[in-house]
Amino acid sequence: MTLHCAVQAVRGEFTLDVTLDAAPGEVVAVVGPNGAGKSTLLRSLAGLDACTGDISVGDMDIGGLAPHQRPVAWVPQDGALFPHLSAIDNVAFGIGGRRGRPEAARWLSLLGLKEHIHKRPRQLSGGQAQRVALARALVRRPALLLLDEPMAALDVATRTEARRTLRQHLASYGGVTLLVTHDPVDAATLASRVVALDAGRIVQDASPAHVARAPRTPWLADWMGLNAFRGRASGQAVDLDSGGRLVAADAPLDPAGEVLAVVPAHAVTLSRVQPHGSARNTWPVVVRELVATGSRVRIRCDGHPAVVAEVTADAVADLGLAEGVDAWASTKATEVTVVPL
Amino acid sequence: MNRLRGLRAAVAATTVFLVSACAGGSAGSAGSVTVFAAASLTDAFNAIGAAHTKFSFAGSQVLVQQIQDGAPADVLATADTITIGQVSDQLESAPQTFARNTLVIVTAPGNPQHLTTLADLAEPKVQVVLADPSVPAGKYAAQALHDAHVTVHPRSLEIDVRSVLTKVEVGEADAGIVYVTDAMSAGAKVSSTPIANSPVATYQIGALDKQGEAFVTEVLSPAGQAVLHRYGFLSP
Amino acid sequence: MTRRPPISLAVAATVGVAFLVLPLVGLLVKAPWSDLPSLVTSPEARTALRLSLECSFGALALALITGVPLAWLLARRDFPGKALVRALVTVPLVLPPVVGGVALLFAFGRRGIFPLHIAFTTWAAIAAEAFVAMPFLVLAVEGALTSLDQRYEDVAGTLGAGPLTTFRRVTLPLVGPGLAAGAALAWARALGEFGATITFAGNLPGSTQTLPLHVYLQLQSGHPDAAVAASVLMLAVSILVLVALRGRWRVSRS
Repeated sequence: MTLHCAVQAVRGEFTLDVTLDAAPGEVVAVVGPNGAGKSTLLRSLAGLDACTGDISVGDMDIGGLAPHQRPVAWVPQDGALFPHLSAIDNVAFGIGGRRGRPEAARWLSLLGLKEHIHKRPRQLSGGQAQRVALARALVRRPALLLLDEPMAALDVATRTEARRTLRQHLASYGGVTLLVTHDPVDAATLASRVVALDAGRIVQDASPAHVARAPRTPWLADWMGLNAFRGRASGQAVDLDSGGRLVAADAPLDPAGEVLAVVPAHAVTLSRVQPHGSARNTWPVVVRELVATGSRVRIRCDGHPAVVAEVTADAVADLGLAEGVDAWASTKATEVTVVPL
Repeated sequence: MNRLRGLRAAVAATTVFLVSACAGGSAGSAGSVTVFAAASLTDAFNAIGAAHTKFSFAGSQVLVQQIQDGAPADVLATADTITIGQVSDQLESAPQTFARNTLVIVTAPGNPQHLTTLADLAEPKVQVVLADPSVPAGKYAAQALHDAHVTVHPRSLEIDVRSVLTKVEVGEADAGIVYVTDAMSAGAKVSSTPIANSPVATYQIGALDKQGEAFVTEVLSPAGQAVLHRYGFLSP
Repeated sequence: MTRRPPISLAVAATVGVAFLVLPLVGLLVKAPWSDLPSLVTSPEARTALRLSLECSFGALALALITGVPLAWLLARRDFPGKALVRALVTVPLVLPPVVGGVALLFAFGRRGIFPLHIAFTTWAAIAAEAFVAMPFLVLAVEGALTSLDQRYEDVAGTLGAGPLTTFRRVTLPLVGPGLAAGAALAWARALGEFGATITFAGNLPGSTQTLPLHVYLQLQSGHPDAAVAASVLMLAVSILVLVALRGRWRVSRS
């Protein structure tokens, strides 16, 4: 069911004014600086905060409904699992009757938590708790799934695995997902669309790749700082769709599958001559555009692959980098994150 | 250094507190007299009392209990002859009768329900309040009812006779049995009807130490007796 | 927990404990142990005890039924005059109990501004006890609710639980410890109430003579043994009930 919303909310001096449409199955990453209104938007859609305007899911106008009447699931940061209930009771909370617990058990097994179904939330790890929270939300088959920074409570090591699980389940979930995140990797790997908010308004609504290439605000540019290349894994390298090949340090999980190779812009080094250092990935590029943000300069280069590098202004001067100049881009294998699709 | 100073101040304060508490154990400071008296004597004794006289009014039995526990009273005045006997060993001389009191029925002003005899109080619709038999006034009221062969079901047995009066004054009870002196103190706020053949409360007074004798003398003097009459007490 | 406390703290704490415990010890030492069984099983004492238990638990029920929703409103909602309401809730705490009784009389007595016609009945005793006990309950529950993360209730709503269901399945279990502590305090206060009860409900064995009143009257009529025996009885009952709530005293750990 399609989501259509035109939401206005006022919180003291802050005004939120967002119009958004999303098709079933879409995963929309909602990003922006602190105070931009991301959480407010989610809470308004869930019915937890007052707002004016229209919200409809499919044919159903839900704007006037209380939270418990809306086909909306809301998962706050760190999940907010009920501390006094076991994992299975948490998941079964939203479904009444006798089929509650068996259904909950089924979901928890699916998420690899069969041994933990009777544990209390405080006995679960961050990653496990996040999965339980997700199961609790999805078990009711909501038409709209609202995830508020689902990875925020996880340490970096757990995040990769958690992201993979989430991506799998979002793929099989047929509703609309709105996902608030501060992590560009989340946006790049989980979402097909990025909606960027600033001071309560939408400033950009585009695919992650597009936002990475052409961020509309300085904050977005700074935030994205990422290159994301689609390709196919082959051994320890990735053959990129756009041409070229990147070697990664960790073997991708599915040796021949479709992947996303993600390289932060600040991990791309530029030089005028071909480097012979430890970086496993080097390729010739042509400088196309330089954008200065503070003391850093973001340099967009054409090549195989085309890449965005971030260097200091001093480096630009030292190297004599300018539009049209030939250069070499390099990045270490350890800086290439391979995300299975 | 600061901690030491603080500690010394604390010790000094505690010492002062303990010393004054112990000193308070002996009867009053020089010149001041402490009188323990039955609650019904409140208004009359306050009128008699000169400067440097401190009063404590309560049920006779409670006062005796307090004296036995060491309360610093110089004079004791009770509303009967038996209670004061419990501290006879502490009295300077034999207790003396100084006043008498009788019982009346009190009702709302104007006596709207026309309750004039004890038998009237037995009507089920009438809310009657009495003093608890552990209090002399309550004992006398029970005796009066018994003598008149009247059974009353009081709604409450108050712990002192003034509370009985209060309940009638505020309209919570239709009628109560109190001393004539209590009724007088309420003035126009209640109507009172004397009880025929009412039991008579005999008030006795005794000094517990030399300091109290002056007050006892004052109460027994013509001036003191005149004050008592003014408040409704009968001569001994 | 195993480090030794500073000396000054230990001394002050010992004085505090002694101050609280010595009167109880005095009571137990002076109790007429040989006569105790007959004294505490006397008809008057038994009636007073039964009445005290009825009234204190009745007062607790009244406090729970009206106090918990009030605490919820104070903790979760803003409304005009909220600060005033919160101040009023604490008034019975600072009011001398007899003054409370007089106030109840002038409010709900026969000639009160809102006559209830419960004077001299057990209901009046329950009302007087509830009046003095309610602030303990409301304050404890409000505190527990305020410190409870509201997101749990929010999530419950999004999972399909209406306000009452959320309250029953999420809020109540999570404020349980705070609620139990407040209830224990309120019950104990109600049990011991004297001034407001005697002023508003009067004193009649069987309907309004609760155990504290019974103790006072025994003292007043020259039966200190019976008074001490009844006091020991009250002490025993209080300890039994409060120990039954043992472990729930501490504020919620979640």
